[in-house]
Amino acid sequence: MATEKEQKQPLPPVSVWAPALALSWLVPGGGHLLLKRTGRGLLLMAAITAMFVCGLMMRGAMFHPESGDLLTTLINTGGFIGDLASGILYLLSQWLGYAQPDMAGAVHDYGTKFLVTAGLLNILAMVDTFDIAAGRKD
Amino acid sequence: MPKMNLSHFEAAMLFALFTSVVLGVVTKRTDRDRLHYGIYTFVCFFAALFGLGWLMYLGHG
Repeated sequence: MATEKEQKQPLPPVSVWAPALALSWLVPGGGHLLLKRTGRGLLLMAAITAMFVCGLMMRGAMFHPESGDLLTTLINTGGFIGDLASGILYLLSQWLGYAQPDMAGAVHDYGTKFLVTAGLLNILAMVDTFDIAAGRKD
Repeated sequence: MPKMNLSHFEAAMLFALFTSVVLGVVTKRTDRDRLHYGIYTFVCFFAALFGLGWLMYLGHG
């Protein structure tokens, strides 16, 4: 029943949700701020930014798309998408020349995972922004 | 940028904290539910951390 109801909801025009979604990607929590969800937007911004900065301070490595065997392609492309999903945080770190090589060590490894997870959490925030902008959620 | 040196436990706690905040904020529909879900997620991370830690310790012999 719930699935049928969801399917009947028409998708609102792109102009309604695209700006919020784009801002949500570029600035973590920005989409929520644009939609006047200030508290949630600030929480998302603080958590995602803190996670990304911790990843940088742990000297985590950024992924780059790489071809090869299936697993290598999957890990590196998926990791690159995760890094890229952090928006301005990723772009700024690249523009400012952050280029940490992948090194052995638990802290470096945690850092790499923090960087990717910050992007993946931002994707969740983007989905939430879309739901709010499309009127599917308060 | 200063370098951060954390133990496994500290890094995992930080990871759990940030992830729980985001999952709490985006998942539920009321502030009360968000708070409860965020705390629940954090506790789950904490339990998994200790559970898997002990499992690895005991499995290692």
